[in-house]
Formats: sequence, structure tokens, C-alpha cells
Amino acid sequence: MERRSWQFMVMLCVAWTIVMFLVLPMFVVVPVSVTDQRFLSFPQETISFRHYVNMVTNEFWRDSILRSFFVSIVSASLATVLGTLCAIACWRLANRTSEFVRLLMLLPIIVPGIVHALAFYRHWITLGLIDTYPGVILTHTIIGLPYVVITVSAALANLDMRLEQAARSLGASTSQTVRWVLVPCVMPGILAGGIFAFITSWDEIVVLLFITSRNIYLLPKAIWDGINENIDPTVAAVATTMILVTFLILFVQMSTRGLRGVKKS
Amino acid sequence: MAVDARSVRERAAPRFLQALPSVYWLLLLPALGLLVAFYIWPLVQVLWISLIEISPNAEGLALGNYGLLFTDPGIQRLLWRTARICLITTLITIALGYVVAYAMVHVDTQHRLLLLFGVLLTFWLSVLIRAFAWILLLRSDGVIFDAVNLFYEPLRQLGVVEGRLRLVRSETGVIIGMVHYMLPYAILPLFANMQGIDQRVMLAARGLGAGPFGSFWRVYLPLSLPGLVGATILVLVFSLGFFITPALLGGGRVVMAAEYIYVSMDVTLRWGLATMLATTILAATLALVALMARIVDLRTMFGAK
Repeated sequence: MERRSWQFMVMLCVAWTIVMFLVLPMFVVVPVSVTDQRFLSFPQETISFRHYVNMVTNEFWRDSILRSFFVSIVSASLATVLGTLCAIACWRLANRTSEFVRLLMLLPIIVPGIVHALAFYRHWITLGLIDTYPGVILTHTIIGLPYVVITVSAALANLDMRLEQAARSLGASTSQTVRWVLVPCVMPGILAGGIFAFITSWDEIVVLLFITSRNIYLLPKAIWDGINENIDPTVAAVATTMILVTFLILFVQMSTRGLRGVKKS
Repeated sequence: MAVDARSVRERAAPRFLQALPSVYWLLLLPALGLLVAFYIWPLVQVLWISLIEISPNAEGLALGNYGLLFTDPGIQRLLWRTARICLITTLITIALGYVVAYAMVHVDTQHRLLLLFGVLLTFWLSVLIRAFAWILLLRSDGVIFDAVNLFYEPLRQLGVVEGRLRLVRSETGVIIGMVHYMLPYAILPLFANMQGIDQRVMLAARGLGAGPFGSFWRVYLPLSLPGLVGATILVLVFSLGFFITPALLGGGRVVMAAEYIYVSMDVTLRWGLATMLATTILAATLALVALMARIVDLRTMFGAK
């Protein structure tokens, strides 16, 4: 077959090299995380899991992880509810104004993090929200919104508008239609949006650097300080855990989707 | 009161149908209200502060804080450095991303899933963790540093290059880290675009007598141009305001615009200067997005065909 020409094979080798450039560097944290030393280094005499123990027992790391979970779950839930309602409304209204509202909802993705970090900082000073849970949750809800609006809108785009009309003509009220007809139909989109919002909040650091200090100490901030201090191998243990979790979730997700693709064909 | 056809129809319709539009506006309001009150309004304030709070070194300038963009040598060096790093990053990212996307489209399903897995794994992994891994590799006792130095040291002794090798806390390190971060953002849109190209056009071109390179240059590349331009602008937009990786890998020596804003807030509270730079980055970003919207319909993000 002509695809298997030597030019193609060379191209394929280059492509794999680039993908290896993407994937391999992250694994350097694995040996560092099992070092037996007290500083960032490769294992000298033996491998040790004490930095993993430290990650879950040391209150500095454990609390920052728990706090991050709390903030991310609350703000992802809020973003999911508000974003889903907004996406459904825009889909049903389908006029110029709602199109504009939907584009407006994209702003937190488009505007560079540093710019809205500055804006949040200034505004939160006047509102007295600096270094408080409401302040952090509010920002994370807002920056999670676009992802929910995008995924739910994409799910709705494949939905027949007459389904909603059918529900209404059978006597369902607006809230019943939304709850029992529209939301179940776009559930995959809602879940995907929620996961996006969660990850966005979980990883967010730029705004965090501006609007929190000692009181609300979240995991990204702990990692950021850990990297800058450049000593504690617990950062590597956290990094390895996060790589493992990402790997597992992606693997499960892609293998189920891959199987479905095979079944279809 | 005139009775026209419209009002008759509305009266004839059940009450719940008349109430429809207003109810859906209510669903939209919480998200919109939140966005306007706690996002758009603070952004407008930033713009406003950049106009009214004149920084001490900008007093007397015709354009206020914005005059610094044209007169202050330090700011100009900063802008030039930011632009240079962004452009180099974008060029490398797009070139490498194009090859991966092209390969992904032209291999069989299993092979494609493997490549995609690698790209998505990187895409989903926290940006902090990735910067951390690069620091471990590039610092002067790191694995990659030693490997590169093996080639670098003889060149230095021959006088081809000057100065000791420096990977972390240097522009090279920042660009490596940024390319690593941006690559998935280039590969995924390029891949989506290339999937829309009928792969048989290459066979047709070959059948009509074009060589493998000719058929690529004159048929495939022009067809993938919209995706190429879209991905380029996307990567450029993300590079422009990028903060984390340059700050961590630059280590305070390679300061780009975003880090400069952070430092001028964190250390010296120079609101006028910081907001002026933020507004400048925002303006450049919005201009690029507007340009992108002319090529790629942004509504396709919502699933519109």
C-alpha cells in the first residue's frame, strides 16, 4: 500500500518521537518520589515510600489535599447546575441574545488567567473576600462555567427540539420538562462538564496565588511552594499519585470508548 | 385596543405556552448574573484603573500608563522578550503538532488510540506537575542536562558557543516547557480538522501523477490550512498570557509579561502598571480571538454544524 512508503515510515517515527517527548519526561518524578533521602534526589541506597506516608499523614499535605477536594467539589457542582440551566435556556431560546450570552460564557476560557486573577484580586479586596472559602469557590465556579456550557450545549445540539414541545403539550410544567426530559437526555454532557469544571478547579493556581494566602491553603499552592523551595520529595510523591490517577481514569475512559467503537463497526 | 392576529393567537394558546420565553430567561439569569457581577465588572474595573491610576514613572506621558509601552526601555524589552518566546514556541509547537496529527489520521484505529492516549495523558496532567518534571530533568544535576552537556561542552571548548550550558532558568528551558504544554492544544484541533479531509484526495493526486511530496504540498497542506491557522492562533493566545511554566522554568531570570504583572503586584503593588499590562495582554488576546472567529466558527464549540 502506498501509505507504507519510506516517507510515511520516517514521518511515523518522528510522530512517535514527539509523543514520547510529551509522555516520558513526566515519569522522572517516579524515582524521585521513592528516594530514601530527605531532599529531591534519586534513591541512593534503597527505595522508600516514606514520602507517600508523609503525603497522607503530614497535616500540611493532607489538609491541603482535603481542602482542595472540598473547594473543587463545591465549585464544580455550582458550575454544573448554573451552566446546565444556562445552556438549556440558550438552546430553547435560540435567538441572537442567547447566542451572545453563550459567547459571553466563553470569556473565562479566553481571557488569560493572569488578567482575571488581577481583576478578581482587586474586586475581592473591596468585597472582603480575600483568603476566604466563598471567595475561592466563587472564582472557581465562574472559571468552571464555560466548560459546562460548552459540553451541555454540544449534547443539546443533537437533541430534537420537538421533544421539549411534546413534554409541554402533555402537560409538563417548565421545571418538570427540564428535570424529567431535558436533563436526562443530556446527562453525559452534564457529567463531562462537571468533570471539566472539577479538574479546572483542582489544577487552578494563577488566581489562587492572588486571592489566597495562609488561611485557604490548597493543593496547587502547596505544590507551587514545594517546587519553589525545591527540597521536599513529597512533591514528587504527590506528582506520581496524580500521574497514576490521570493514567487510570484516561485508560478506563478510552478503553470503554474504544470497545464501543469496535462494537459499532 | 386593536385586535390583530397575533394577540388572538396568544389568547388562544394555553397559558403555559405564553409564559415560555420568560421562564427560560429565568433559567439563564443566575449564570449570567454571576458572570456580569463577579467577572465582567471586575475586568472593566481593571481597564478603568489602568486609565486613572497613573504609575509614578508614567506621569506626564501623553497616554498615561500606556505611554510606558512606547517610552520605557524596560517595558519594551519585556514586550519583545514575551513576543519572541511566544512566536518561537508557537512555530515549534505547530510544526511538531502537525506531524503528530498527520500521523494520527493516517494510521489504523489501534495505533491511533495509542498516539491519542499519549497526547491526552499529557493534556490532562496538571501543568504544575509537568513543570516540576522538567525542572528535575533540566537542572544542572538532571538527566537531560548531562546528556546535552556531553555535546555542548566540546562545542564550547572549540569556541562555537559561549558560556556554560544553562537549561533551567533560561529561555531555552522556558521554550521547552511551553512547547510541552502547548502541543496537545495544537494536536487536538489539527487532528479534528484533518479527520474532516477526505483522505482519498491524496490517492487521487498520486494517481494523477504527483509525487508523495507534491501531493502533500499542493493538495493536503492547502486543505488543512484552516485547521493550521486556527491551531496557530489558539497556541499563540495561550502562550501570550502564560504564567506558570515560564515563572517556574524561568526562575525569575526569564520574565514574561504575565510574571511581570504578578511580581509588580506581589512585591510592589504597582496597580497602574499591572493593570495597563493586563489590559494590553487582554486586548491582544481578544484581537487574536476575533481573527480566529473569522476563520473558525466559534459556535461549532457548542456543537453547531
